[in-house]
Amino acid sequence: MIQRPGPIALLLAGLVSAFMLAPLLAVVPISFTPARFLTMPHGHLSLIHYRELIDDPDWARSILLSLRIGVVASAIATALALAFSLGVWMIQPRFAALMVGFVLLPMIAPPIVSAMTLYFFLTSLSEVSGAIGYDTWFGVTIAHVVMITPFAVVMILVALAQVDRRIDLAARGLGASALQRIFKVILPNIRFGVMMAALMAFFLSWEEIGVTLFITSVNAITLPRLMWMGVHDNIDPAVAAISVVLIVITTLALVGRMALQREEIV
Amino acid sequence: MRLRRLTAVSSLASVGATDGDADRIAAAGRAARSEGAMRPDNSVWTGVCLMAPLLCFLAIVYVAPFLGVAAWSVTLPKLGLGQYERLVGDPLVFSVFVRTFRICLIVTIVSVAAAYAIAYVWVRGTRLERRLVEFCILIPFWISILTRAFGWLALLSNRGLVNSWLEAAGLIAAPLPLAYQEFSVVLGITHVLTPFAVFPLASSMRSVDERVLLAARGLGASRLRIFWRVFLPMTASGVVGAALIVFVFTLGFFVTPAILGGGRSIMAAELVWLRMFQSPDWGLGAAISVTLVALVGALMAALFRLARPALIGGSR
Repeated sequence: MIQRPGPIALLLAGLVSAFMLAPLLAVVPISFTPARFLTMPHGHLSLIHYRELIDDPDWARSILLSLRIGVVASAIATALALAFSLGVWMIQPRFAALMVGFVLLPMIAPPIVSAMTLYFFLTSLSEVSGAIGYDTWFGVTIAHVVMITPFAVVMILVALAQVDRRIDLAARGLGASALQRIFKVILPNIRFGVMMAALMAFFLSWEEIGVTLFITSVNAITLPRLMWMGVHDNIDPAVAAISVVLIVITTLALVGRMALQREEIV
Repeated sequence: MRLRRLTAVSSLASVGATDGDADRIAAAGRAARSEGAMRPDNSVWTGVCLMAPLLCFLAIVYVAPFLGVAAWSVTLPKLGLGQYERLVGDPLVFSVFVRTFRICLIVTIVSVAAAYAIAYVWVRGTRLERRLVEFCILIPFWISILTRAFGWLALLSNRGLVNSWLEAAGLIAAPLPLAYQEFSVVLGITHVLTPFAVFPLASSMRSVDERVLLAARGLGASRLRIFWRVFLPMTASGVVGAALIVFVFTLGFFVTPAILGGGRSIMAAELVWLRMFQSPDWGLGAAISVTLVALVGALMAALFRLARPALIGGSR
């Protein structure tokens, strides 16, 4: 029988848990402050910063831009990742590990390096046409595809690892063409994993900031980019309001998932 | 079809063929093989065509531009290794690297210790305890690092929660300078990276053989002794894996230090940003980037050598 954690372990874990939740809880009172700068409400609550989220068109515009970039980038990333993973799984090339490692580079390299690299690429692209390079939604989408594809590859490869190769071999032995094997045999088996990969890719694009910061200035302002301006350049309590909204959505989604889930993760 | 023919050939061979038959068998085998070569198994081509788009895309969009950045580091402003000499020679740049390593070390120790406590309860706690710590670790994990950095400012800045409470309680006369310090940078990064350390630790704890712990208990060891002498050593690979992950992530971290350092506690990644957009010195920025890649590459190679079992879920 497992010996359950003793009081010391529980105390320490409790302290760490409090540390993990503290900054999330701290934004709640700040979001109700009537002041225009970061301060506690001191007994006087106000909703002006929530109003600002609705009244100021910048917020809606950046949310729509983030959604658009997220949908397009995650669709492209999932397609590229799916094709690549299927290829690796089907022919098991000799240098499979090397190729997978190559594809995962943008995930492993420090984000600052990816940022500088993509800045280099997009400014070069801008010289071809101003509409598709630096500080355009198309440029941001390309950069996001680079950054999120490795995660999709990992998730799809994990899903493929669960597929029984004998099913594929049977299909092959019965004369199925490569395309039939992919669409009739393999894809139905990894449907769920591909969906999860697409969701993850969308989420990562939705909150990408490290690279976006380098490749946008005034035109392509995504939601994280706008929040950055409200945190770094000047402290705007409207960021507290949007943060509370995002925290509530995330918490509801997670609690819902935990409630639905019957068996334990552990 | 081809498979069936080969089977036929080999069964013929096993029936016990004479010397003369052997030649015919070999010829049949060659024929089968060459037929296979003439009509290649199309799944290989399909596979190559499937892998090509992503490989080409990354080569054009990621690898080629990186080589461009690497070229900047030895050509801007003039040809040579001058920028790399500045990494150690220029006192400002050197001090940034020293600070970066110091923060990396502190963050690694603190977040691995914090994650260890969380992972321990997550793996070995009762159902309720597991649910609670899972909640506390996953909620922050899924929330934007911008929100979390803002949360730390809300706590630590001059008019933030901590200072307001301390002032209201009459403990301090003027606000304590908590934000925009190395202190707040360390707290912010630790907060972001602790969940990343929890996962490898939890996976190495799950693979601990319960019977060993039972044996230690049966032999009369105290709880503390079992933990230090049995449990901790058995999860050492998880600790190494978690520490390397945290260290590598901290090394190139930009967003959280840039917000919580307030331009005072600059780390290597933020120096790249400043050198690109404030005082154009792209050569130095590129040289720092290349150095970071080399460091991360070396650390990742070490990670895969040392901690592969912990990462793929078992130290058996």
